[in-house]
Amino acid sequence: MGWAIALQGGAGDIPRTLPAERRETREAALRHFLAIGVDALKAKKSPLDVVELVVRELENNPHFNAGRGSVLTSEGTVEMEASIMDGNTKRCGAVSGLTTVVNPISLARLVMEKTPHIYLAFDGAEKFAREQGVETVDSSHFITPQNIERLQQAIEANAVQLDYTQPIQKDVKKETPNTDSDSQIGTVGCVAVDNDGNLAAATSTGGFVNKMVGRIGDTPIIGAGTYANNLVAVSATGKGEAIIRGTVARDVAALMEFKGLSLKEAAAYVVEESVPRGNVGLVAVSAKGEVTMALNTTGMYRACATEDGYSEIAIWPSVQN
Amino acid sequence: MTRKNREERETKREKKKKGGWAIAVHGGAGVDPNLPQQRQEEAKQLLTRCLNLGISALRSNLSAIDVVELVVRELETDPLFNSGRGSALTAKGTAEMEASIMDGHGRRCGAVSGLTTVKNPVSLARLVMDKSPHSYLAFSGAEEFARQQGVEVVDNEYFITEENVGMLKLAKEANAIVFDYRVPAVGLETCGAVAESPIMMNGLPISVYAPETVGCVVVDSQGRCAAATSTGWLMNKMSGRIGDSPMIGAGTYACNICGVSCTGEGEAIIRGTLAREVAAVMEYKGLGLQEAVDFVIKERLDEGKAGLIAVSNKGEVACGFNSTGMFRGSASEDGFMEVGIWD
Repeated sequence: MGWAIALQGGAGDIPRTLPAERRETREAALRHFLAIGVDALKAKKSPLDVVELVVRELENNPHFNAGRGSVLTSEGTVEMEASIMDGNTKRCGAVSGLTTVVNPISLARLVMEKTPHIYLAFDGAEKFAREQGVETVDSSHFITPQNIERLQQAIEANAVQLDYTQPIQKDVKKETPNTDSDSQIGTVGCVAVDNDGNLAAATSTGGFVNKMVGRIGDTPIIGAGTYANNLVAVSATGKGEAIIRGTVARDVAALMEFKGLSLKEAAAYVVEESVPRGNVGLVAVSAKGEVTMALNTTGMYRACATEDGYSEIAIWPSVQN
Repeated sequence: MTRKNREERETKREKKKKGGWAIAVHGGAGVDPNLPQQRQEEAKQLLTRCLNLGISALRSNLSAIDVVELVVRELETDPLFNSGRGSALTAKGTAEMEASIMDGHGRRCGAVSGLTTVKNPVSLARLVMDKSPHSYLAFSGAEEFARQQGVEVVDNEYFITEENVGMLKLAKEANAIVFDYRVPAVGLETCGAVAESPIMMNGLPISVYAPETVGCVVVDSQGRCAAATSTGWLMNKMSGRIGDSPMIGAGTYACNICGVSCTGEGEAIIRGTLAREVAAVMEYKGLGLQEAVDFVIKERLDEGKAGLIAVSNKGEVACGFNSTGMFRGSASEDGFMEVGIWD
């Protein structure tokens, strides 16, 4: 046993031709946030605190689809959602439809800790945020030029870019000079376990480019985008609709619990058998201090580390594993 | 008779035993033991009527997904239970409704929350599933979609019943006063304590608490399963609170082996991913339907109170609850039919 942590910055059709500087910016961010998480675990912070603080960092970073840098709805607005779960108690909190809250994951935590409810959304959630005195800003704070451009392209392509399920080809479908072509990126998330086997998971997102106003994805749905119990903690990313119907996060845990699969086997099973290709990635840690990062998309921004010194930062599938 | 004929006859008989349609409905878990007899009768009549509606539809070969939708529409339209008309009211005295529906065939799903004018929330959930690129729409976005789809919309007053206005008042008072002399004393469930502690659910004494939901699960004669759940949720809730009913995996779930709809304390249902749990133990542990239902109710609810109904692709139907009663009814093709409230 020992501590372990993994974080993700979104799974999707990330082309290997991603311009070097964009790749490096994100890898540096992942490295930095991983270090923050590791330091916190070494300082004996609880996994719940650790996942919250790492996700806050990801939300504040404009290069990932959560908090600042969230993708835009069809109306050009931002609607953010998040959820958090504590493995020991299985208490959880979720929020949707946020437009001014700087750190959605922290509001989700407040819902979990300060109310008898689990899930608050839209006006009700914004009202709660004010009552709790969390940091709020004008929603223009969250909107970045890259996302305005992504929305424009999506509208021009006249599609809500649902479908990651293009067959995995070597060539990239739409490569435009000004964007990273990684417009399908889903979410950010973090899972952590400490020396005593306490687990926690947290996930946050701006959702889907060009999504309908009011659309809720998998991220705030306990059992879909986020799940933690006393065996495992999971955070999933990808196409929300597929993750919901696949109850992805819960399924990893259920396979371990009911079928006795190992962490790696359970995660692999879910991404290979339960969800169509091109739709999902996930990070997970077990009570025993193991970690796994699995995906069936072209890529997933991710990083992990365990107490025995192992660490990894990656975007595309690893060759071994 | 020839061997071939005998074999044919045996195969037919086996098919009949294994397959066949089945249906279950519920009107919420957690019932006041002092509920007036007349109310109990009305509830049973409504459940019977809905079962019969579903049964006719099944006999006309409607698919499971169509049947769950039409039965839940009926439950929403009738003001007796807490969904659609007759929904529990928010703290502001308005109705705010949510629903979800899932088609086991393909595990397609649709959900809605924060509806205030849509006459039949379950039908909007179905349209989200069939006609939108998403799985879940809420609040103004859902209302906008409703208008685009041309579904029937009404003023919020339509959903509000006099009875619930009265209940809201009691709920507000109960939230302020923990023990209320009007609440009947019940000693049964509470470890033999002196009769001052009322049965509580979701933080309210059970006489004030409105059982939260309605739902229907169906397996049709092709073995396809479907489930749907609809609610106004919690009396005196804050606007913007979302419960388990629209959450796929929590309040509703269907796959190719079963269909499940849950009701009760939302928190417990969400944390326990209850509906998905029934399917998961069947799928991964090989439990049969009733075993799975019993397991989940016994082991997955911690201190929470809830109930659920379920059907399997083999034509079985089951229900389970650890709350004080659950309004429910079930029927299957072999002629079985039952409506009940208590254990």
